[in-house]
Formats: sequence, C-alpha cells, structure tokens
Amino acid sequence: MSYKIENTRYERRIMCLAIPARIVELEADRAVVDAMGNCFRAKTTLLPEAKLGDLVLVHAGFEISVVDEEEAKKTWHLIAEVNNFKETQDKVSG
Amino acid sequence: MLERIYKAQLLCDTACKTLGRQINIMEVCGTHTVSIFRNGIRSTLPKRLKLLSGPGCPVCVTDTGFIDTVLQLAGRDDCLIATYGDMIRVPGKGGSLETKQPSDNVRIVLSSEDALQLARDNPQKTVVFVAVGFETTAPATAVAVKEAAAGSVDNFCILSGHKLVVPAMRALLAEKNHNIDAFLCPGHVSVIIGYGAFAGIVERFSRPCVVAGFEPMQIIEGLGEICRQLAEGIAELKSIYTAVVTEQGNTTAQKIIDECFEPADGCWRGLGRIEKSALKLKDGFSQFDALKRFDITETQGEDISGCRCGEVLCGLIDPPECDLFGESCTPQAPVGPCMVSSEGACAAWFKYGRGRKVKRKN
Ligand code: SF4
Ligand code: SF4
Repeated sequence: MSYKIENTRYERRIMCLAIPARIVELEADRAVVDAMGNCFRAKTTLLPEAKLGDLVLVHAGFEISVVDEEEAKKTWHLIAEVNNFKETQDKVSG
Repeated sequence: MLERIYKAQLLCDTACKTLGRQINIMEVCGTHTVSIFRNGIRSTLPKRLKLLSGPGCPVCVTDTGFIDTVLQLAGRDDCLIATYGDMIRVPGKGGSLETKQPSDNVRIVLSSEDALQLARDNPQKTVVFVAVGFETTAPATAVAVKEAAAGSVDNFCILSGHKLVVPAMRALLAEKNHNIDAFLCPGHVSVIIGYGAFAGIVERFSRPCVVAGFEPMQIIEGLGEICRQLAEGIAELKSIYTAVVTEQGNTTAQKIIDECFEPADGCWRGLGRIEKSALKLKDGFSQFDALKRFDITETQGEDISGCRCGEVLCGLIDPPECDLFGESCTPQAPVGPCMVSSEGACAAWFKYGRGRKVKRKN
C-alpha cells in the first residue's frame, strides 16, 4: 500500500501540539502515520516500542507516546477546532 | 458530563469563598490558552478566579536577540535557514524572517529530519536549523544532531533556542509574580518530562501543580482539582491527563536530550535571563553549534518599544492593558510575539473580542 504524504496542513503551528495518528507503514525506525486522513512521515526513534497499527502521538516528525482511541478522537476534534481558529484569525481584519 | 462540570464549578466557587480573595491560576501552555478561549471556559468560572496565560508558547518567549542572530545568519550567502513555520513572523529588533530576508535563504521545515535532509541536498550551503521549542521538541533536534554526527553531515548545524519549562516556572514564582496561586501544567511537555518533573515546584513553593490535557473537560476538571487543593490549603502534584502522561515521562527521549544537550542560562522574552533554563549542545557536538561555527556571541535583545509582552507572559497584565493592543498591534501586523503566534495571549484575546470591549470602555 502506498499513501499520499501530506505535510502542508500543520505547517504554521507545529511545535507544541502533538497529533495523534495511526502507524500505517513501518520500516526500521521510519513510519508513515495517518492523522484524520492526512498521511505523513514520522520516526520511532523516541518510541522504539511502537508497532504497526498503533495509535501514537506525533510531534515535530517524531512519535513520542502511545495513545488510546478515545484520547486520539478527542485530540483530533480539538485540532480541527484550533485549525479553524487559526484560519478565522487570518481572516480577521483590523 | 454536565455533572462533572458542575462538580468542578462547585470546587472553584468554594475555593473563592474560602480564600475570600481573587485566585490566580496560570496555564503554561499555548494550547491551553486557545482551548480556554475557544470553549468559553472563563465564562463558566467564578469572577474571582482569574486565569493567566504564562510563558507557554516557545515562540512568544523567544528573545529578540535570538531572532536577530537568526536574521544575521539568514543574511549570509553561504547559509540556508531551516525553521519551523511558527517562527517566521516573530519580530526581532531588525524585523522578522518574513519581512527581512530574501525568502530563498529561508526554508520552512516540519521536523529536524527535514532540516538534515536539506543539508544533504544542499552540500554547497551550511544549513542552520533554528531549534526552538520546549522539552517536547528538543529530543527531535537531538536525534538530528546525532544523525548528522554519525553520517558526517558537516554542513548541518543548529542554533539552539530550546527552553525548559520548569526553571521558568520557578523564576516566575521566585522573582516575577508572587500572586500566582497554582499552575495548570502543560500536557505534551509532560509526555516527555513526566509529571514528576513538577514535584520540586510543589515542594519548594507550596503551589498546586496539575497536569491536564487540552479538551475543555480536562481543563475544567484540572481547575477544579487546583481549587479543591486551594480550598483545603494544601499543594499537591497531580496529573489528570492519565491517557498519555506518566510520572517518569518518555525516558528514551530524556536520554537522547541528555546525550546531546546540557542546561545553560537562557534569555526569555519578558522574563530575562534565567539560570539553567535553556539547552546548549555538549562539547562533543560543538561542531554542530551554529554559534561556535560562525563565532557569534548571542546577546540579550532589547524589548520592542511599547510592547508589553513581558508583563503579559508573567501574568502581570492582561493584553488589553497594552496601549498598542488592537491599535497598532493586531494579528495582521503584530508588534510583539504574543500577537504573532495564534497561541499567544494577545492573539487569543484579540480573536475573541474580549479585549476590544474593554478598550472601548476606557
Ligand atoms: S504557536 Fe503553538 S505550536 Fe507554535 S510554538 Fe507557540 S504554542 Fe507551540
Ligand atoms: S498587544 Fe502587541 S505590543 Fe502589546 S503586549 Fe501584546 S504583542 Fe506586545
């Protein structure tokens, strides 16, 4: 299987929030993860125990912890809101 | 669900009544700041419970001197600057990366790995990775540095602006703002350092420290837990973000930070120099240190005139008390970093209109 790698969505603000995503490909320490339908690359160097199919928190291109489904959903919801916040903020004028 | 909210509200009410004064709780995480506004959490709290937005966004706390060093390097023909998108609009004294430099010298990257790849792809240039962020981000930088060392990617280096959250919290309590009653501690930083890292603050300063996640229920319950402690006159360390935060944190990540970095004094916008609050590369990796490679000494920058971000970050004033707020400083034309970053306190206040109302009344 191959996934379209997208990165643009989180371009502006990425440093603090970690994004939950599912590991859909894994080769040595290089993974492809899927967050809300966006796939991007992430490394497992900081989370050597990560396995294919795991839900993980991804931060700045690295997996930092495992999460459960419920937590992942809540965070996805929040990210959608915060992104929305960012977009509306861009539109606010003077 | 509603019951849980009521319960937390009751705890907050009780604390306000028991203490009989205003209670100040500081959140030290930009994502908390946004979530609090976005979900209208302030309106559900008693009037005498005040939420302060602390130095929780690495963008906001980056000193002007650091930005000026980045600008200086961006002006060199032999350098290529790789930075997280967050930093691109942050003003130093001489402008921001967006306004000052020819953009082909500056590349936005999503991870330290991308920056390293950029170095491999551009052997004729020296790639300088603008390494900012708290403990959550530092391990990613460390991995890239280790890989550069192992793979002899000699044209890669970093300008470390990495900062540590706990020393800043200590400095706040010890010097800047004695009125902070408790901290709502950051979630994702705690994934790395573990909630145990805040134990020292609870012990030394007797202030409740509660780690919470970002969704509204977590925040409200976190505040409820803090208020329970305040009402009972106790200070404890607690994590209610049990889904991802453990007491020890991610020890693999901590080890990698320790291999590459050591604590050093660091300059924070608004808070000034704080002892052992920044990370600098260890001697074994000094060839990857941009300051050493280009023989630059970083100087503490001057604050931008009129901008009161420093006081905002210490919880001493609310953004609308700054004269520039909403006037010459808006998210479109930010004067200070707290208006640049969408997680900055000024941007959040502006977006949600609270501040503008206050302004008109004045
Ligand atoms: S803008 Fe948000 S993600 Fe970026 S550094 Fe600030 S708090 Fe972190
Ligand atoms: S409103 Fe603008 S100038 Fe004033 S403190 Fe905030 S960022 Fe600085």
